[in-house]
Amino acid sequence: MILNITAVVPENVIIFSKLILVLPFLSFLLLGITGISKFKNYSGIIGITSMLITFVLSAMVAFKYFFNFGKAEDVFQKILIYKKEWLSFSENISIDMGILIDPISVMMIVVVSFVSLMVHIYSAWYMKGDKRIKVYYSFLSLFTFSMLGLVLASNLFQMYVFWELVGVSSFLLIGYYYDKPQAVAAAKKAFIVTRFADLGFLIGILILSYYSQSLDFITTIDRLTSESEFYNNSIAASFIGISALTWALVLIFVGGAGKSAMFPLHIWLPDAMEGPTPVSALIHAATMVVAGVFLVARLFPVYALSSYGALNVVAFTGIFTSLFAALIACTQTDIKRVLAYSTISQIGFMIFSLGISGIGGENGHGYMASMFHLFTHAMFKALLFLGAGAVIHYIHSNEMKDMGGLRKTMPFTNLCFLVACLAIAGIPPFSGFFSKEEILAAAWQSNKTIFFAALFTAFLTAFYMFRLYFKIFWYIEPLKAKAKSEGNLYMIIPLSLLAFLSIFAGFVPFNKIITSDGKAFESSFHFTFSLLPIAVAVTGILISLYLFKSKNNKPAIISSTFGSLIKTVRNKFYIDELYIFITQKVIFSLISKPSTWIDKNIVDGAVNITGNATQTFSEKIKKIQSGNTQNYAFWYISALIILIVIFTYMYY
Amino acid sequence: MNLDFFRLMLPELFLILIIFILLIIKIGDFVKQNTYLINIVNILFVLNIGAILLCFNNGELFSGMYISKSIFSFEKLILVCGSLIIFLLSHHWLKNHKHLAEFYILIISSLLGMEYMISSGNFLMFYLGLELASITLAALVNFDLEKKKSSEAAMKMILLSAFSSGIMLFGISLLYGTSGSLDFDVLKNSISANKLNIVALIFVFSGFAFKISAVPFHFWTADVYEGAPISVTAFLSVISKAAVVFVFISVLSPLFNNLYFLWNYLLIGIIALTITIANIFAIRQHNVKRFLAFSSIVQAGYILLAISANNSIAQSSAIYFIIIYLFSNLGVFAVVSAISDLYNKEEMKDYRGLYKNNPMLSWALALSIFSLAGIPPAAGFFGKIFLITSGAFTGNYALIALAVINLVISLYYYLMFIKKIFIEENEYPIEKLKPGLNVYLAISTCVCGILIIGFIGEIFEFITRLFVN
Repeated sequence: MILNITAVVPENVIIFSKLILVLPFLSFLLLGITGISKFKNYSGIIGITSMLITFVLSAMVAFKYFFNFGKAEDVFQKILIYKKEWLSFSENISIDMGILIDPISVMMIVVVSFVSLMVHIYSAWYMKGDKRIKVYYSFLSLFTFSMLGLVLASNLFQMYVFWELVGVSSFLLIGYYYDKPQAVAAAKKAFIVTRFADLGFLIGILILSYYSQSLDFITTIDRLTSESEFYNNSIAASFIGISALTWALVLIFVGGAGKSAMFPLHIWLPDAMEGPTPVSALIHAATMVVAGVFLVARLFPVYALSSYGALNVVAFTGIFTSLFAALIACTQTDIKRVLAYSTISQIGFMIFSLGISGIGGENGHGYMASMFHLFTHAMFKALLFLGAGAVIHYIHSNEMKDMGGLRKTMPFTNLCFLVACLAIAGIPPFSGFFSKEEILAAAWQSNKTIFFAALFTAFLTAFYMFRLYFKIFWYIEPLKAKAKSEGNLYMIIPLSLLAFLSIFAGFVPFNKIITSDGKAFESSFHFTFSLLPIAVAVTGILISLYLFKSKNNKPAIISSTFGSLIKTVRNKFYIDELYIFITQKVIFSLISKPSTWIDKNIVDGAVNITGNATQTFSEKIKKIQSGNTQNYAFWYISALIILIVIFTYMYY
Repeated sequence: MNLDFFRLMLPELFLILIIFILLIIKIGDFVKQNTYLINIVNILFVLNIGAILLCFNNGELFSGMYISKSIFSFEKLILVCGSLIIFLLSHHWLKNHKHLAEFYILIISSLLGMEYMISSGNFLMFYLGLELASITLAALVNFDLEKKKSSEAAMKMILLSAFSSGIMLFGISLLYGTSGSLDFDVLKNSISANKLNIVALIFVFSGFAFKISAVPFHFWTADVYEGAPISVTAFLSVISKAAVVFVFISVLSPLFNNLYFLWNYLLIGIIALTITIANIFAIRQHNVKRFLAFSSIVQAGYILLAISANNSIAQSSAIYFIIIYLFSNLGVFAVVSAISDLYNKEEMKDYRGLYKNNPMLSWALALSIFSLAGIPPAAGFFGKIFLITSGAFTGNYALIALAVINLVISLYYYLMFIKKIFIEENEYPIEKLKPGLNVYLAISTCVCGILIIGFIGEIFEFITRLFVN
């Protein structure tokens, strides 16, 4: 789908988009490397300022792109606005460092820089008094830099580099409270699980670049979607009956699934909630975890046009994870974990929506819906996390049992949380309604099974979100006195802005600007169709109202009725235990132990023998280096004679 | 005699000018303080670098006795820059030396000899340059005048170097006997694979192997490096070695091109011996200078690996590696010489706990060692990659495998050194060093070089272009 008409890019856009990458990096360097103690008190200011400028620049780039130069002949272009060859392997394959802007990357820089800005501001309140605040802000900046680099990448390998950087900053931030053993364990878990997934990604990149003879996005997409020799080769080559192209795309999706916490690689995300709450809002809800969605969207033409199988994998992974995580979310008691499973479930929505989409016009409905949901989800999920952060800050606990009745003491948080819950449940006119409705409509058009599964998930979503809401803010009789203030301006500004967007983001006309082929299409909005989702959501809300509005024994009755079933769900379907079984019982005892033995006895033994032999040999020959000049001359002349003898005889 | 003479021979003429200025200063006793003299020489060298940059010319003088090419000028530039860094890093030692002017005259004469050697178009010219370079070096080795070890080293060096020169001269006379000329152009075509020429090749080659201290012609190296003043050791291990490699690349390889199939085998044997045996010796050294001596022998082995490929890409990568090697090795020498000059400590065990009081110097030292060991992102890594890949083009995979194994072995002793600096405890660690501005300048130049050069592919392309021209 290469578009040969290139739009004229204004000079200042090029500069802006470079600055978007440079500013967070500078702030990282400034805070992280220079002046160990110099900026301690100003770290928040530095972080927020650089992020504010980044956000303003991103918004300007987005504005100019959508309204000024992005369109050529009514089609939004993929524009490579900067390219520098970094390493070249052969004439065709090189790793470039470039900036590629198209509708999705432009949308992503706005989302990333906006949520990041909100989180930077919020952190000034939330992390106040923390000893390592400077390190915290430098990590946040590093993350923002990497994430922006990821979405602007023009090259698969460049994306991979930033992908890993994002993983590293996520690791650093999850383990930010490094004196808490759970945090350290969670950081390691996240790192290792995503690393396994990234291995798949890397192999996928290698296969894809081998067949397309390019790492560049535009060229790769072009070569693998048209009837070219590259395409034919990649289809012709096969492994276990599946073509190389499908393998590559599935492996790349494995990488995306790892980052986006798709089943069965989702296990790291709930644990990642050990990090500071603003970090969860930024990284583990709004931006980094949607990297997998972004990755599939970036290569979407290849998925949609060239490999139906890979696209199906994407679709079914997405819907299964979505349903699975929603079920678990209904039983969790740690509020951040509920939100984590809800995030997994919502990302599942975006993923399957991509999986059921086609390309071009009305066929690309799912693609547009997915991007739309990504956008709105970033807003309301960040709001949910920041609100949860406010609650945690107030209560000093993550557990639902310590909460309840907070609506009087935390009216502002209550309001914001309610807005976000309504948005995620899909109640009109909140933003989540529109994006979810688009996804369901797209599912209806392509696959009825997926549609009903998604509808059920939407019901569960409404149920567990309002369970959360009622458990926090209602459930028991509210305390009368307002014990302490909810937060200062640093907390109120981000929450209100996010709440505003959670309400109104649904009115952004995504079908005009972000579509699978760059052309606008008319999305058919039938109110009659949306009645069903609304009814389902309202049912969910009503059930939780019935169960959790005030303290009663109904939930206990239900859970005792379903007994073992609920227990299974509460224990997250024992997936973690399965992992532990596989790693400890199977891998450790069957693979690791034998290899350890080989390593200890054979490899180390060989090394020791080499070492000892070297030592003995060097003892023996040390006499040669006697310090005696005559000896040196003797060796010289003997070597000469030996050489002459060898070579004159070799000649004949 | 016209303007060409000045234009083409500018690098050498400038050095001669510096020598004369120094002689006049010495005789007239114009400059009383060493610091002034040091500054004068440094400024003159900076001017010299500028002058060389201006004259990347092709041409020849004295009916082909002296050849100037842009690649030669570039090589001379490397040598002069390296010498300047050495002057900077040994500032403390120079400042307190009684016979500073003589030191400069000798070391610049040696440099002059090397430059003539590089530009020679005739064996006579070449031999004169070689002798000018090596005799002055022997005198320089003796320059720690009150140290007995220094004199011993100088004695060994002059004896062995005379010995090797004699053998080399024998080889040259054999070549003259078979072809009746000493001109490289004539010899190039007349050398054929007869036994006399093969013997001549081996004789001439042994002279080079001696200079570059390839095993088994390396025995003098450790003793001389240990005895010589550190600045001279640095000069021997970097500048002198680089000059010989340059001559090898631009003079000897084309000259014996007809016998390539032979000296290829010769080199393979020598390389295998050099990297293995020098590695084994390097492991058990306790003196830093001896350690560096063996490490530099190993590095020379790797350079020879690229030379054995005998094509312009491989030769460019050898020159590229030399630049990296120059920065890395001089980076090590800068720190070592600061410690030796200020505290007179040259044993490996003295470096334990260096990090405690000198974190910055330790990092600089560690970076240089990383570069020598070939660990990314230091430039040495890229240099080694280029060397080994160009060596691999000859298809001699056994040798490449041996080279890689030896890289791992060398990692062991380099890392042991780093471990001493950072991890091991010492009751009396070396106190905070304040080596002064010049040394800092030298160290930071080296560190910048190590960090930057690996990432600028253009340098390599530039060298390749110079070769083609």
